[in-house]
Amino acid sequence: MKYIDEFHDGAAAGALSAKIAAAAGRIGRPVRLMEVCGTHTVAVHRHGLRDLFPPGLKLVSGPGCPVCVTPADYVDSAIKAASLPGVTVVTFGDMVRVPGSRSTLVDARASGADVRVVYSPTDALEAAAGEPAREVVFLGVGFETTVPSVAGTMVEARRRGVKNFSVLGAFKQIPNTMRALISDPALAIDGFLCPAHVAAIIGSAAYSFIPAEFKRPCVVAGFEPLDILYGVLGLVTQLAEGRAEVENQYSRVVKTGGNALARRVVHEVLEPADAVWRGIGTIPVSGFRIREGWRDQDAARRFDLSVPALVENPGCRCGEVLRGSLDPPGCSLFGKGCTPERPVGPCMVSSEGSCAANYKYSRQE
Amino acid sequence: MRHIRFPTSDLRPPASERRVLLGHGSGGKLSADLVEELIVPRFSNPALDALGDSAVVAIPEGGGRLAITTDSYVVDPIFFPGGDIGDLAVNGTVNDLAMAGADPLYLTLGMVIEEGLLFSDLERVLDSVKRSADSAGVKVVAGDTKVVPRGKADKLFLNTSGVGLVPAGFVSARENIGPGDAVILSGTIGDHGVAVMSKRAGLGFATEVRSDTAALHRMAAALRRLGGALRFMRDPTRGGLAATLCEACRGRPCGVEIGETVIPIDPGVRAACDLLGLDPLHVANEGKMVAFVAPERADEALAAMRGFVEGNDAAVIGRAVETRPGMVVLLTRAGGKRIVDLPAGEILPRIC
Ligand code: SF4
Repeated sequence: MKYIDEFHDGAAAGALSAKIAAAAGRIGRPVRLMEVCGTHTVAVHRHGLRDLFPPGLKLVSGPGCPVCVTPADYVDSAIKAASLPGVTVVTFGDMVRVPGSRSTLVDARASGADVRVVYSPTDALEAAAGEPAREVVFLGVGFETTVPSVAGTMVEARRRGVKNFSVLGAFKQIPNTMRALISDPALAIDGFLCPAHVAAIIGSAAYSFIPAEFKRPCVVAGFEPLDILYGVLGLVTQLAEGRAEVENQYSRVVKTGGNALARRVVHEVLEPADAVWRGIGTIPVSGFRIREGWRDQDAARRFDLSVPALVENPGCRCGEVLRGSLDPPGCSLFGKGCTPERPVGPCMVSSEGSCAANYKYSRQE
Repeated sequence: MRHIRFPTSDLRPPASERRVLLGHGSGGKLSADLVEELIVPRFSNPALDALGDSAVVAIPEGGGRLAITTDSYVVDPIFFPGGDIGDLAVNGTVNDLAMAGADPLYLTLGMVIEEGLLFSDLERVLDSVKRSADSAGVKVVAGDTKVVPRGKADKLFLNTSGVGLVPAGFVSARENIGPGDAVILSGTIGDHGVAVMSKRAGLGFATEVRSDTAALHRMAAALRRLGGALRFMRDPTRGGLAATLCEACRGRPCGVEIGETVIPIDPGVRAACDLLGLDPLHVANEGKMVAFVAPERADEALAAMRGFVEGNDAAVIGRAVETRPGMVVLLTRAGGKRIVDLPAGEILPRIC
């Protein structure tokens, strides 16, 4: 209990806020920082942290919401899988409401497809083991944090000889996406607040290319309000002092080297690959694909899930939101045509989406 | 003719394994047995004992208006730390009456029972109904029992309708809320929802969280003495404190501002919410009320609430404001502000 209270402390937050303002003042120009991770985005809005930053400091949200960056044609393929006879599609909850080019998995379920929601990939494996006559396809959507558990489940499926389990992969890796974003001068990102739980897997050293190549600071931060404020303070302090380093504010969980065991499981089943990010496009080596040796568990090769080229809703500006170049209220559909109850784009669907977090906690009307 | 007596009792299962059968809802002999055996002796009162098609009761003298309400209870599981579906069914309906400013008088009790429910479980629930009704001073005057085949309901669903009397001249309406009014909460939030969730999910929290199910009519009656200074009262059940406050100010010219640090919350509830990813403001309560009170009478109202066990932890948690009309804004622990919204969708199905 003590632990939680400590990390919500209002007086400490006020003191940090003052320090952040002082350091930001010393930089002498407006600063744009990006929180890469959806969990940070939610925490920032939920605790009202933007009120604690000085006017010249902007913390923009990045592409760190796995559901948000999954392309519409992936959703179409998942819907196609669900409509094949004898196939059950199993997924995490948010995915079922994400619009594909025409419909969602919820619509598919309403018209008779077998779509089930689980909390972990092992539940999907159990479903397959329990119903050997059905084909169970798990939607492998996620970042470094979820990828190991999916890879581990694939290893487990093979060990147990469960033949009717496969994965439709849309795995993502964060570092090269950060590279793409920071290389874009239009985005003018001065530093990154890095996702601690991703870093817990890949290690904080995986971010060292940002100071090395781009001379910008990175701070790995946890998700409590004070963690985030410390993280932002670390970034503005480095900028004020002209330093650029990877700082690990979250050392109680994140080790410099990360979690080698998790990475080994991933490496066994998956290999790095280019990936398509919804609204951003293809980013080199920003995802994983299933290795040749595991093709029997690759749903994309096991079934014909090809779909026509995608049509994104032209009004939805998720692409810009995910790059941090548009604040959600700047989208003309925000809160009007697009709300969490009736989402147009994925950023409004996922609870970690920037549009949803803005709408839920910070809308102005 | 000589009567032969068969030893029927030997054919019955032991009492501890006796179960409700479809026949208990048939309207025939078994139904009559069930009413005679379980209902009448427990709830005996003249209106009920007549076993007529309707309970016929007198309207108390002294005028006033009748308040009538009904609610169904489908909580899963039916027994949870701090109470059971029987307590909920009485307290929930009593509270609906109380929040309208009524003194509760009569209840009806409808039961939909899944075939196979243990008699001992049914009796335990009926004992709770009895205990809660007695302690709230309401009479159960009519009832109904249906039994449905296994799988067509889940163990036991209850419905209670309530009738109460609102003293002449009393009104509690959200339209009365004006800028500056104090928002007073009678105690900690989230206890009921977390108690039910933890039982359902089999979560072993360090400290057991118990449901707060309680009748609030005495506290509400005490607040009525504030007259027009008591603007509006409501019990924050499903959807939690957030839903109650949002509904209180939706479409109104003023909004509500509350402070995260002054909202009473049990540390166990907070820890459980963090673990389950829930916002405690969205979690159900079954024994709490929110009162909007004119600022100059807020201290008096607070003292009155604290005079009751169910209001021991009462606190002023915020006020009605003119900025941000129709919205609820939370001053966070960290010192920022954020919107408090209705929960999206059903976050915790079958919580009451
Ligand atoms: S508000 Fe809706 S339509 Fe606009 S960018 Fe966000 S998700 Fe897309």
